[in-house]
Amino acid sequence: MKQSLFNNITLLFSGLIILFIVGPLLSMFISTSGIDLFETAKDTDVQDSIFLTLKVSFITTFVFAFFAIPFSYFLARYEFPLKKIVQGIIDLPVVIPHSAAGIAILGFISRDSTLGKFSGLFSFDIVGSPLAIGIAMAFVSVPFLINSARDGFANVSVRLEKAAYTLGASQIRTFFTISIPLAWKNILSGFIMMFARGMSEFGAVIIVAYHPMVTPVLIYEYFGAYGLKYARPVSVIFVTVSLVFFVLLRSISDRKKNVEA
Amino acid sequence: MLKLKNISKSYKGFALADISLEINKGDYFVLLGNSGSGKSLLLELIAGLINANSGEIHLNNKNITNSKIQKRNIGLVFQDYALFPHLTVRNNLLFPIRKNKNKAEKAIKIAELLNITNLLERFPEKLSGGEAQRVALGRTLITNPEILLLDEPLSSLDVQLRGGLRHLLKKINRQGQTIVHVTHDYDEAIALASRVAVIDNGKIIQVGDTESVFKNPSSEFIANFIGLKNFFKSVLHTNNGKSFVLINNSTKICLLSDKKDGEGFVMIRSEDIFVYDKYTESSALNNFEGIIRDAVPSRLGIEISVETPLIFWVLITKESFERMNLGEGKKVWISFKASAVKFLKT
Repeated sequence: MKQSLFNNITLLFSGLIILFIVGPLLSMFISTSGIDLFETAKDTDVQDSIFLTLKVSFITTFVFAFFAIPFSYFLARYEFPLKKIVQGIIDLPVVIPHSAAGIAILGFISRDSTLGKFSGLFSFDIVGSPLAIGIAMAFVSVPFLINSARDGFANVSVRLEKAAYTLGASQIRTFFTISIPLAWKNILSGFIMMFARGMSEFGAVIIVAYHPMVTPVLIYEYFGAYGLKYARPVSVIFVTVSLVFFVLLRSISDRKKNVEA
Repeated sequence: MLKLKNISKSYKGFALADISLEINKGDYFVLLGNSGSGKSLLLELIAGLINANSGEIHLNNKNITNSKIQKRNIGLVFQDYALFPHLTVRNNLLFPIRKNKNKAEKAIKIAELLNITNLLERFPEKLSGGEAQRVALGRTLITNPEILLLDEPLSSLDVQLRGGLRHLLKKINRQGQTIVHVTHDYDEAIALASRVAVIDNGKIIQVGDTESVFKNPSSEFIANFIGLKNFFKSVLHTNNGKSFVLINNSTKICLLSDKKDGEGFVMIRSEDIFVYDKYTESSALNNFEGIIRDAVPSRLGIEISVETPLIFWVLITKESFERMNLGEGKKVWISFKASAVKFLKT
């Protein structure tokens, strides 16, 4: 009896949590009329911002993957002093307020900073550029890629890499032909998480670049300037685009054979 | 020729101490030891997966102690095969050779030797233990290693497959491949080895050709580990469906065997031999008259050696020893059944 009571309560709680997530989204979708959606979709500001957001987030993820993936491998394979601290530093962007992260980045790239002065030599201002957006997105989202890829590499048996060495393969060749393919599922999943997280970033981005406008900032501006009625269709469109990309990339990564090392 | 000079290594609370070995070109060298004796660690040291704390490794007079794994030209077949799960059998085989025009040709040749041509498009997870073992072996052979290291290659295979793989390993060795084979199974050592080293607790305690190691165990550990004293090089013959072996071309011992005629070793456990004070008719086919040359108390009773002139060791209880009034110089008959005789072909 007790067992089934417990089961029922667990079931009820699970349902409430799901409803809590799906409810607001669903009501937002329902209360947005087709005409509003259609009109908003034609708005070039909206189109441009969505395109910009996707583009910058994707490029950022791609560029950072070059550095993050070898770093993840290093974390998975080697023990070194202060490793726990390094691991803590990686997770730092996830726990600090993103507006604070934005302020930190702004200090780093503003015209008075070394980096800002340097880019000033080429009469380029980082603040307010897609580059600033990318930096802000990367700052808050790169831990997702690093942690996921690290777990993937940790699951690849060291014996397989050693076997490759005994067969004459160099460390680099082994990394690309054995370690990466076997950790691929985790790397790709980390890539998707980083991409999705970067795309939806608001707090850090708005501080370093109000313009050009990424969609989360655009939603905020529409809400401030015109109210809920105008902000809602943009939100619906952006959530839909995000979901489509998320599901699409997930299904691609799931189709990759899950190789257990 | 592979030479290990005073190799020592501490690793995860275990130590290899002062290992020196010489392995000649063309040898089939078996390292025999219990689990935890350090034999696999020694293989990893030779392959270069780990480095020794002290000592040197020389291959063909070149010091390779600190050479990179890739530069040693030593092949290692792991106990768990370590096949790459994301590559087909073909691509596993081709992994060691890149940008080589006769790639496919060479792989096919090796695949034929190992009888795995029908598996080329499969992934490792679809292979049986025996198949995976042959693929792992092939993948290593493709590198043309100076020395082939095998870590317990037969231990996870069932008895039928073992015979086939033993045959294959012998064939590869006969083609000139130097092999170092690690095992805990003395049957394997006898059937395959040209030379044997016994390793215990991180130390090599005896090295020599198969016959001398098994016949003259240098320590009690080896004698107990191997558990063999009646161990003779012999030739198997079959006549009218009856099998017998000839030892030194004179002593004839009957046995039950389905093996083909040829050279090998026979073993009779000392506890399977009976002692009589006179010839006694029984179903046992092997009966010899001899003289007791030695009587040694052992853990379980008394071991006596009987010269027939071939020397047999017989384990009897202290009670029987006293009741029969046995002792050095006494004439006795010994007797054992054909089914107590084990023959291992070499």
